[in-house]
Amino acid sequence: MQLHEFQAKDLLRRYRVDTPPGQIALTPDEAAAAARQIGLDSLFVKAQILAGSRAAAGGVRAVRSPSGARAAAAELLGRKLVTSQTGPAGQVVKRVLVEAGIVAAQEFYVALRVDPAVGAITAIAGAHRSDIEQHLVAGAPDFPTVALNIAGERRPGDIADFCRKLGLASDIADKFGALIGRLHRAFVELDASLIEINPLIRTAAGEFIAADAKITIDDNAIFRHSETAQLRSEDDVDLIQLQAQRHQINYVQMDGNIGIVVNGAGLGLATLDLVQAAGGVPANFMDIRTTAKSLDIAHGVGMILDNPRAKVLLVNVYGGGMQACDTVVDGLAIAFRKSGRVMPMVLRITGNNENFARMRLANFNLPKTECADMWQAATRAVAIAQGRA
Amino acid sequence: MPALVDKETRLLCQGMTGWAGTYHTDRMIQYGTAVVAGVTPGKGGTTHIGVPVFNGVAEAKSATGANASIVFVPPANAGRAMLEAIEAEMPLVVVVTERVPVLDMVRVREALVGSRTRLIGPNSQGILAPEICKIGVMATDRARRGPIGVASRSASLTSEVVSQLTAAGLGQSTTVGIGGDPVHGIGFAECLDLFFKDPDTEGVVLIGEIGGAEEQEAARYIREAGLKKPVVALIVGRAVPAQCRMGHAGALTARPSDDADSKIKALQDVGVVIAASAHLVGTAMSEAFARRAA
Repeated sequence: MQLHEFQAKDLLRRYRVDTPPGQIALTPDEAAAAARQIGLDSLFVKAQILAGSRAAAGGVRAVRSPSGARAAAAELLGRKLVTSQTGPAGQVVKRVLVEAGIVAAQEFYVALRVDPAVGAITAIAGAHRSDIEQHLVAGAPDFPTVALNIAGERRPGDIADFCRKLGLASDIADKFGALIGRLHRAFVELDASLIEINPLIRTAAGEFIAADAKITIDDNAIFRHSETAQLRSEDDVDLIQLQAQRHQINYVQMDGNIGIVVNGAGLGLATLDLVQAAGGVPANFMDIRTTAKSLDIAHGVGMILDNPRAKVLLVNVYGGGMQACDTVVDGLAIAFRKSGRVMPMVLRITGNNENFARMRLANFNLPKTECADMWQAATRAVAIAQGRA
Repeated sequence: MPALVDKETRLLCQGMTGWAGTYHTDRMIQYGTAVVAGVTPGKGGTTHIGVPVFNGVAEAKSATGANASIVFVPPANAGRAMLEAIEAEMPLVVVVTERVPVLDMVRVREALVGSRTRLIGPNSQGILAPEICKIGVMATDRARRGPIGVASRSASLTSEVVSQLTAAGLGQSTTVGIGGDPVHGIGFAECLDLFFKDPDTEGVVLIGEIGGAEEQEAARYIREAGLKKPVVALIVGRAVPAQCRMGHAGALTARPSDDADSKIKALQDVGVVIAASAHLVGTAMSEAFARRAA
């Protein structure tokens, strides 16, 4: 679950991480009032959306007065902001954060995340740069890192070593190390999977201030954080996925015209690869969890049948230990009957109860083609989607 | 003797009395696995589907001589169940539970350091030594005894690949699901080590995907230990758009196509054969065997 910048900063302040004075505003007038209250002549008006790279997309405005804040808020609120991380659809700005500008003596990038390769929490830090995200994605940041246990340092002095590698003078290093300790505590107590501060500003007076903040909470741990769960934004891109998850389905909307139903994430990834290799584009990814019943499956298939872009349904199912083929077939039948839409369906169905599933399928009288293996099924579905079959 | 499990395996089920635990324990018994105990706090002293139930792992282990455990405990308590099994020095722990909080797995990894436990999973379909022992929830109808070791991050693709191998006349020595979660127990490198040392295994299939660093670890292991037996790998997820999580929490990557490509390259560089497509793994293994014979 992703949090907005202002939510992340609210949480971090509880852990004594300093942030610039700021207020959230829902209207231009509120933005002007917030600016008056902060009372400085260097301010930022920042669009609150659940995606990064806002500044490059014009989502962060520097202003010098309450009237400037009002004008910036009027431009941003209600506007669709498209950044390199939102996808082409963008996100509508519903709130802005009006915040004091802080004069930086030095700027850093700091992040804590769970590193799968180490199996631990890892802190990473370095000099701030605007293209840091591309840099980290490229996988070759020469930034120092330190692995942390749940209780903190693995060996006494690990954090001090980390600060030394950053080239910080000793008095600053102590403060930075204490900050890492507070971020680590926040990470563990919040069940975060990512805390990122970019930039972290060091002032001439030697204070550290989080000028931006991003927190992602582990969805699998939300059950023990009822207060944090309330913070879930209506903008959270995961809402469709969340609704599907209640039906024991993993569902991701995509841009193409081939609806995809699989049982198992790996089988699903393989199916996407096959569709791409055959020249097609998926309309979605739908993975049925082993705990799904036929009505859950029907709900997920219904989402595909409701998608006007989807032209064909590709079902790739391996009936496993708990979920037999007939459960999937029942779910398909319920969804088709409920929807009334006649969409051609290509099936590759094998494993537990496959013959029984075939019998039931025949009774339902659905428009279908069955294929012996997944490559045949993928090429057939692509041919139908492209009007070649 | 197959890797990880054999005829001497005596299995304990944590969370046996729940719905999934009951169903799969029954299937494992039918397959021939010696299930000697169940553990459900508060139900100690009872018997469930013919198996004695205990309140704790340590107690069950000393009473029955169990040497392996499978965990069906729901996510909120799965971490605690794993810690209890590690504390009781259970040699092998297989975790089927999905959606375990990632920091709970960080706690478990800390407990594993210096312990006597080898942990598989979570979010694993388990371990199968066809016709010998099943610790898990996988379909078994296509699995046959034979020379191929399979290590996988995906339950569904393991079934698919087992089916292809059997159709190609290649049975399996052991199949291991290392699980789809980012932080987990043993990985591909340790599986390769087990399979390279296992006299019953003559070839290995790795089923990998985008995200994480398992495949790179496997490549590093082979570079150090040498490619002792033919290895075929399938890496799925090239077609996934950036930053999408497709079912597996572990299958999250920032630049997916590059990531799949870099995994493929790392493995190719140490002599691993990459299956051209998910439907061609059985064929790729047959060809690798034929080349070895030639």
